[in-house]
Amino acid sequence: MSGPLVNATRFRLEHADDWAKLESLVERLEKKSLRSLSDDDLLDLPRLYRTTLSSLSVARDTSLDRSLLAYLEQLSTRAYFQLYGVQTSPGRQVLRFFATGWPSAVRALWRELSFCAALMTLSAVAAYFLVLSDPEWFYGIVPGGLADGRDPSASADFLRRTLYDGADGPLALFATFLFTHNAQIAIFSFALGFALAVPTVLLIGYNGLMLGAIVAVFASKGLGPNLAAWLMIHGTTELLAICIAGASGMRIGLALAFPGTATRMDAMVAAGRVAATAMLGTVVMLGVAGILEGIGRQTITDDGLRMLIGGTALAGWLVYFFWPRRGSGQAA
Amino acid sequence: MKRRSKRPGGLRRRFVTPEGVDLQLELASGGARAGAFVIDALIMIVILIGVTLFLLYIGVQEMPEALGILWLIGFFLLRNFWFSLFEMGRRGATPGKRLAGLRVVARDGSRLTGAAVVARNAMREIEVFLPLSFLGMQAAQGVANTFLTLFALTWSGIFLFFPLFNRDRLRVGDLVAGTWVVEVRKTTLSYDLVGAAPRQRRKFPEEALAAYGIYELQRLEHVLRAEQPIAVSTVAATIRDKFGIPSDGDDYGFLSDFYAELCARLEQNMLFGRKRESKHDA
Repeated sequence: MSGPLVNATRFRLEHADDWAKLESLVERLEKKSLRSLSDDDLLDLPRLYRTTLSSLSVARDTSLDRSLLAYLEQLSTRAYFQLYGVQTSPGRQVLRFFATGWPSAVRALWRELSFCAALMTLSAVAAYFLVLSDPEWFYGIVPGGLADGRDPSASADFLRRTLYDGADGPLALFATFLFTHNAQIAIFSFALGFALAVPTVLLIGYNGLMLGAIVAVFASKGLGPNLAAWLMIHGTTELLAICIAGASGMRIGLALAFPGTATRMDAMVAAGRVAATAMLGTVVMLGVAGILEGIGRQTITDDGLRMLIGGTALAGWLVYFFWPRRGSGQAA
Repeated sequence: MKRRSKRPGGLRRRFVTPEGVDLQLELASGGARAGAFVIDALIMIVILIGVTLFLLYIGVQEMPEALGILWLIGFFLLRNFWFSLFEMGRRGATPGKRLAGLRVVARDGSRLTGAAVVARNAMREIEVFLPLSFLGMQAAQGVANTFLTLFALTWSGIFLFFPLFNRDRLRVGDLVAGTWVVEVRKTTLSYDLVGAAPRQRRKFPEEALAAYGIYELQRLEHVLRAEQPIAVSTVAATIRDKFGIPSDGDDYGFLSDFYAELCARLEQNMLFGRKRESKHDA
């Protein structure tokens, strides 16, 4: 005598094989990668996914078996994330980042970037004239530890030596420390943008002040061009990176303060993704700057060559970021 | 199982796939996320201490420069990219999140981009590391006065408990990146309670079948799947007493037959558009 054959039972009989197949495919995808699946499996995957998804809708309407519903729900969810939620392979992601993602993010930040560059330049000029007019200002701007004797009381000879003598001690290690430190600051200035960009702007401005104060000290002893060459070899890359990091922080703060027609949340998300891409790029730039500093600055002591390298680096970055290219319309 | 899932205002959220099916994701609870973070932090600390000890062991006297550089870069990568690298993977989860059964997802259902992952994790700098390093620096210089400590604690308090103050449990990083963290449980398909083989042995009075709705049916399913003798016999006794059915000594068989009958009946009514949520439903 046939008993009550409920939908859930009929349903399981019909589709359980497909579900199990999908489950094993998803399991393998989660554990390994796309390459672990054969061509047949890859062709099957979307079909099985759609079958399971429609099973879920049907089960929701007709079945009262709670564990069946829970199972279909979690299986569909896992399959969904493997099909839609996952990015392309790491290699391709890196490629895309360097080919389009990073430069177009920087391009998208051009307003903030010009503001940061202008702010840094202006603060530097202001500090330069302040320190020239009254050297006491220097001590108020640059912390003693960072100046390391390079203050207005130093002799021209001493200052010259700091520019051309290889420092004693492991310099590559120091350069690495500077790189990680600067990169941390770059990440900070991105994150601090969340506080309506105020700390980010302060950070950029202060950086410019220190720069101007130090230039003033060297310039007053007639070492201006020499310092410029010393700074340029890695400074063009480093200062540009700092400006980009600042710009990315500002973008978030501005989106939060002035979301325009979008909701505050949407504006922030859009800004956050562009800014994060640009910020990640500055970490790469600071790495390059660290290499230039650790190797180039010690072995190359010719002013002209230093300027040439620094200038070429700057031109290279600018061309890389702003050279018009195809597909630049769809910014990240 | 997921008893609270239907409760409005819980952690279930609509999540419609391109095929138009609502997957109804369950957001991760604050506790699960905190647990995942603690696990990750512990792993990172253990790696850091382990590697440092190993390096010290190798180059005890003069730390070679190359090792120092490696250490610095390793520390930098660990601190900044541990979360990002794992969350960019196919699981969308760090080891800690994996253990807690969580996954990072783009809120709009689109692909979780690398930029979003980087954004949500870079925000950790001001949420966790800034107040921590601030406190550490102050303590190292011996100037950690009450005011500064209080300030740092308030700062991190605001950010750490931020997820508890919005209904989607968003961290500041989630807010900026447009992501949220959901539970992805792995469950296996449990056996079919009604069974493929026809095996109706008992008849039930009409009023007994008419008395219950979907809620009671699913509670019954829960009891049957849990297979705890005391619960099974209690429920069986309650139903028997209520409708005057004599006991035949097989509580589990009685209940599973009753389940099958009730299930068939409710399913059929549902097909005719008469959905009965619970026994209080008319």
